[in-house]
Amino acid sequence: MFNKLEEIALEERGKAEQYTHTINVCTAAGCASSQSDAVKEALENEVRNHGVEKWCRVRGTGCMGLCAAGPLVAVEPEKPDEVLYQYVKVEDAGDIVASLEDKPVERLRCSTDIPFFTRQKKIALENSGYIDPESIEEYIARDGYSALMKAITEMAPSDVIDEIVASGLRGRGGGGYPTGLKWTTVAKSDGDTKYIICNADEGDPGAFMDRSVLESDPHRVLEGMAIAGYAVGASQGYVYVRGEYPLAVARLKTAIRQARRANMLGSGIGGTLFNFHIDIRLGAGAFVCGEETALIASIEGKRGQPRPRPPYPAEFGLWGKPTLINNVETLSSIAPIIRNGGDWYAQIGTATSKGTKVFALAGSINNTGLIEVPMGTTINDIIYEIGGGVSGGGQCKAIQTGGPSGGCIPADYFDTPVDYESLAKLGSIMGSGGMIVMDESSSMVDVARFFMEFCMTESCGRCVPCRVGTVHMYNILDKFSHHEATPRDLVLLEKLCDMVRNTSLCGLGQTAPNPVLSTLRYFRNEYVEHMVTETNGSGPVTKQMEVAQ
Amino acid sequence: MKRPFKTRIKTLKIDGIDVGAREDETILELAQENGIFIPTLCHLEGVHDVGSCRLCLVEVKGSNKLFPSCMTYAEEGMEVITNSERLQTYRRQVLDLLFSERNHVCAVCVSNGNCELQWMAGKLGITHVGVPYLYPQLAVDASHPYYAHDPNRCILCTRCVRVCDEIEGAHTWDVMGRGVDCQIISDLNEPWGLAESCTRCGKCVQVCPTGALFTKGKAVAEMKKRHEFLPYLRSMREGRNE
Repeated sequence: MFNKLEEIALEERGKAEQYTHTINVCTAAGCASSQSDAVKEALENEVRNHGVEKWCRVRGTGCMGLCAAGPLVAVEPEKPDEVLYQYVKVEDAGDIVASLEDKPVERLRCSTDIPFFTRQKKIALENSGYIDPESIEEYIARDGYSALMKAITEMAPSDVIDEIVASGLRGRGGGGYPTGLKWTTVAKSDGDTKYIICNADEGDPGAFMDRSVLESDPHRVLEGMAIAGYAVGASQGYVYVRGEYPLAVARLKTAIRQARRANMLGSGIGGTLFNFHIDIRLGAGAFVCGEETALIASIEGKRGQPRPRPPYPAEFGLWGKPTLINNVETLSSIAPIIRNGGDWYAQIGTATSKGTKVFALAGSINNTGLIEVPMGTTINDIIYEIGGGVSGGGQCKAIQTGGPSGGCIPADYFDTPVDYESLAKLGSIMGSGGMIVMDESSSMVDVARFFMEFCMTESCGRCVPCRVGTVHMYNILDKFSHHEATPRDLVLLEKLCDMVRNTSLCGLGQTAPNPVLSTLRYFRNEYVEHMVTETNGSGPVTKQMEVAQ
Repeated sequence: MKRPFKTRIKTLKIDGIDVGAREDETILELAQENGIFIPTLCHLEGVHDVGSCRLCLVEVKGSNKLFPSCMTYAEEGMEVITNSERLQTYRRQVLDLLFSERNHVCAVCVSNGNCELQWMAGKLGITHVGVPYLYPQLAVDASHPYYAHDPNRCILCTRCVRVCDEIEGAHTWDVMGRGVDCQIISDLNEPWGLAESCTRCGKCVQVCPTGALFTKGKAVAEMKKRHEFLPYLRSMREGRNE
């Protein structure tokens, strides 16, 4: 079977060698929204018009990272001479094709020497932008499915888990729970029927990492799931994707079909006795369904509401069976770990947070897009080096990480290395990897209000603190942003934060006060400034009454 | 080597009292058995628990988290505290939020004097509501020949949903919407009187802790709920070894 994989890889590489030039067009969501499809079509036409189709091909690939400058087009002869074009329009297609044997089109050129590209280390995103996400052959040509074959033919399930434990990988969905430990607990749970669930219900505002992985390299997720299935003894997996990601769903469907045909999924994978099937389940737009027990309820066809844990899904999950739930990014780190060994992965990152993390840079930043950096990179490096600084040249005031469950980190702490513990110490969380950059013009009260509104409308309504508490907190924050709040409101707000955080049923409610608490911690003066103003003849005066510090 | 036995009996402490428990008993059951009061609203003996009202939260020594006692099972050596100052504050806040959420006007309520929410407020010493009222506008459904549904008095404990599904087997009730907009609906949000699945058994009315579900023709303070049928039904169905 190994041979068969290699055959496909060789054939695919041979096919690639026929072409001296390959034009890659990003067709992931970011560039697709700026009409990269039309650009791709125009390039294909131009290649035909110039009669160079013998040695030049046009491919749609996944995300190249720098979404701000889309549509992106990369021309690869050999690696060092790769030329990246930004803001490509349909009219530019002729020039690009005409320049293939000549000098690159300078006016469109995007330098690849900038820190945005050089400071990154790609593991989860290693194939993004280099392969056609709709071709399993291209994935196999870049060592795809070799980790799965290695696991099921050369390793015992416990060896696979040992590698994951050794890698120090932690859940990339938010909590940072050690992945190896999770796999161990599911593997040790009783029962012949177990399930693997890939949580692709990415709902944080400003986060698009999982979407990009699914749209750029879906096979990597399937491979990770199959390896997980082998390790814990499951033969059925589900990908729970949000319905708002139609392109990701379409590419996943294609990938599953191709993998089944290539015998990398289904019964008797790769000629062994290992069976693993994957089905897709669509979310219907509820943020809370990213919470694992709500996600399970949703897959079971029930109302997507969480239940108290314990029992944890590792013991009592989907249909009462032991269930392993991992996030997309976690699963896409599995194949490289198995290929290169857990120790290799553990060399990257910090003492407690290993490997790399994908971040979605958004907000007031020049290089909006997707980056993957080793854990422990400082916030300064991410924003000013890789991110290219604040758009408009202003100063960065704070960043928001972890979406509605996270918090704001002010500029004073930007020398903090990004890892799970450091961010938690600052009152934020790693979360799934959204990083929203805010400049001096942002009002922190409005930021808190925005996230509270999000939690309020996304609360499932099961438990009282989250259902009603978030409404009251939102109303108070709304008063602040309209300069109608009194010191009493601030006291009440803090009381509610404490109560909702400690008494809510699930993670959504327990973390809903975080954006408020962290902005109160670092920007309390803004709340005070937002209190009732009274005119005393000469103009508005802020009533700074005895505010509890 | 496999352990030749499985421990089913646990000993633990609840409020300093030593308690013996089976592994399938919850902290709430054990507390009630030992005469310790833990406030509850969504809990209903005879149907499964959801842990949604958050009144029965207890502290467990060694953990910073609070645990819903209705869904937390006995564990060996556990030390449970059911009534600390912190818990009392949170419980009062939960009631605050419930009173502010809908239009609970006791003076005109059929369940005045017989309402679990009202009783709980007295028991926990609520003198006033600390948050602003939300005053939602909700329509009363009086389309059913025998009963009526006033969502203004509903606390979304979902007892009616569970009793209808698990005991009557009709599943007429369910929850619609999200967050504070959640509503109890009959069938697919049809008027109760047109809900074909309803058997008119009235179990939901009897288990409703407030006046949200009531028998037609009752005036203020006349609606007394009868919970007794549920343990009776259950013991008849499941036999005495329950």
